[in-house]
Amino acid sequence: MVAPVAAPMFPLRIHDLRWHAGGRAVLDGFSLELDGEGITILLGPNGAGKSVFLRSVCGLLQPDAGHLDWGGGPRPAFGVTMVFQQPKMFRDSVQANVELALRPLGVAAAERRARAQAVLERVGLAHRAGDSARGLSGGERQRLALARAWITRPRLLLLDEPTASLDPSSVDAIERIVREIRTEGTRILMTTHNLGQAMRLADDVVFIDAGRVCEHAPVQRFFARPASAAARLYIQGELPWRMAF
Amino acid sequence: MAHGLLKFLKSAALSLAALASAAQAGETIVLASTTSTEQSGLFNFILPIFEKDSGIAVKVVALGTGQALDVGRRGDADVLLVHDRAAEDKFVAEGYGVGRRDVMYNDFVLVGPAADAAGVKAAKDAVDAFGRIARKGTAWVSRGDRSGTHAAELRFWSAAGVEPKGQGWYKEAGSGMGPTLNMAAGMGAYTLADRGTWASFKNRQDLAILYAGDPKLYNPYGVILVNPARHPHVKKAAGEKFIDWITSAEGRRAISAYKIGNEQLFYPLVR
Amino acid sequence: MNGLTYAFSEALGLLTGFDHRVAEIVLLSLQVSGLAVCLGTLVGLPLGACLGVGRFPGRQLWVVFLNGCMGLPSVVVGVLVYLVLSRSGPLGDLGLLYSPSAMVIAQTLLVVPLMAAIARQTVEDAWREYEEELTAMRFRWFDSVRVLLHDCRYSLMVAVLAGLGRAMSEVGAVMIVGGNIDHATRTMTTAIALETSKGDLPLAVALGLVLLAVILLLNGLAYGLRLWAMRRYA
Repeated sequence: MVAPVAAPMFPLRIHDLRWHAGGRAVLDGFSLELDGEGITILLGPNGAGKSVFLRSVCGLLQPDAGHLDWGGGPRPAFGVTMVFQQPKMFRDSVQANVELALRPLGVAAAERRARAQAVLERVGLAHRAGDSARGLSGGERQRLALARAWITRPRLLLLDEPTASLDPSSVDAIERIVREIRTEGTRILMTTHNLGQAMRLADDVVFIDAGRVCEHAPVQRFFARPASAAARLYIQGELPWRMAF
Repeated sequence: MAHGLLKFLKSAALSLAALASAAQAGETIVLASTTSTEQSGLFNFILPIFEKDSGIAVKVVALGTGQALDVGRRGDADVLLVHDRAAEDKFVAEGYGVGRRDVMYNDFVLVGPAADAAGVKAAKDAVDAFGRIARKGTAWVSRGDRSGTHAAELRFWSAAGVEPKGQGWYKEAGSGMGPTLNMAAGMGAYTLADRGTWASFKNRQDLAILYAGDPKLYNPYGVILVNPARHPHVKKAAGEKFIDWITSAEGRRAISAYKIGNEQLFYPLVR
Repeated sequence: MNGLTYAFSEALGLLTGFDHRVAEIVLLSLQVSGLAVCLGTLVGLPLGACLGVGRFPGRQLWVVFLNGCMGLPSVVVGVLVYLVLSRSGPLGDLGLLYSPSAMVIAQTLLVVPLMAAIARQTVEDAWREYEEELTAMRFRWFDSVRVLLHDCRYSLMVAVLAGLGRAMSEVGAVMIVGGNIDHATRTMTTAIALETSKGDLPLAVALGLVLLAVILLLNGLAYGLRLWAMRRYA
């Protein structure tokens, strides 16, 4: 198997990303610097460019301009992965879906099986290992997607609204798993519209509007004293009566 | 998955090899012959006798005479049994075949709708019969496939002084004797058929023999060994054994014994 | 008796009363076409999948070429294989002409474009669905092809069945390279052609009905398998 990524990935410096779609600037001078620890939550109205930003960090789309600097080098071949808002499950068992993620890493079959069983245990899906992945509920699918990412022991995990439209108990389960992944040393960058979730999980918050970063602050300060007018409006729109943080 | 694929590939390859070897067990020769002999059922009758005597299996590929000669030219058959004397002699003269021998003959018959609009029944000979059809312009289906029967038909048109090509009543089927008869039956047209195919043909509908018996309608078959000097893989010994047998007294007896109903279809040629 | 009624009762007789000659012909047809479809599966499906996933210059041309080849007449394939396998042709020394192997080769060439074209469409649709997941997992494109072939395995059964249908029902290619030799290279379709040219139309139809029964049986089995798989993997 591939040894844990040796090359330094952090600090990750994102310089002036620009990306256009349909004549509109989705990323419009997006710059950000991330160190190597914790959970960073991206907040911002719909269309602010959060998902596109995550995809360009993951390497799924090539920005028109700007560049990413991974601790002084290019993006490492492995160690960065992403869980999508609507993860796609392969037509196979839960177990096989998780094992699949280890294939590009060249992990031997026996180890793949053992690691898959272990990670399914930790996301609470061990009892469904043999079932069809496409037969899972929304919450279970999201947990399976997290397991699929977690099993590769990524250095940086990108989560795109992992709890959107899930019931409260599923949200709880996802948040618990995200915290556990973090304690194992994985850097997490995630988007959400759930401000309560941001308060519960985030170490720091990046507020994005119109394709650029408006504000990057520790979570407590962000919610207590948002610096930008846009962030203030956004917080109030979502949580008008809970400003006594 | 890769493992499964590999196993799959292996079994496929084995199966292919098995098929190939099954087809080549024992000595076999390829006989390129005409649809008329194959479809009359003659080979099904005489070949088992030869195979039992000699232990040589004969694989018959039934084609038109022209095609059969082409297959021989390319070296894809060992022995030819065909019926177009002029073309056979040319084939041998060009060095593609050796040791041509007469085997048997049957005859051509003129078939057409029983009502006989062209009055062929009253013809004084075969050439007159063809002339009557051309004058009346009744529908005619030609083989149009360079077969021995096609060659014979063209000889009769030219003897009658008719250029049928391009005439409205003249249709070229471009296929074997059977399909041509199917067409003639379907259209109520005249055509020239060999007696063997006609005798075993089941979809006659309104067709009947309207003219036969002119010695010019005589249809001799010859057997030729594909020249081993030109195509070294030709099974010379087995091929010669077959040629010797089919022209022997025993072979002649087998040919004479083949009948449909009470009708003998092929007559061995006495040397 | 009416021709069609006769044909149906004859077919029923051939199917129920185990006719040795018919069994031999059916078996050879299944062997030859089955093998051709196996080889077609090994070549055509990966080929189609690569075209569905890969992005390289000239890909569109290949797709058009492949789709065009689906309409290639079997006689043309037969003549091409004949010329290659003929004693005077480049592979004449193998002595494969007029053997079942030659028929397998011809039918393989016939079904590969068809199976590849169907596989291309299926896998391309799946690729659109999974592209981001697979890229985020860092699959290289060739490994993605393998994953997608596995993922589409039940939909790709349509490609296999289409190939089998084409192989079993074609007559032009096997007639030319096989020669329709009794007890050696006579398949259901060449036997049907032969009975037709003998004017024994009811027997030809009866054999056609046997062919239909065999193809229906195979399709039924495949359909059952697919149903089972869909229950299992949604």
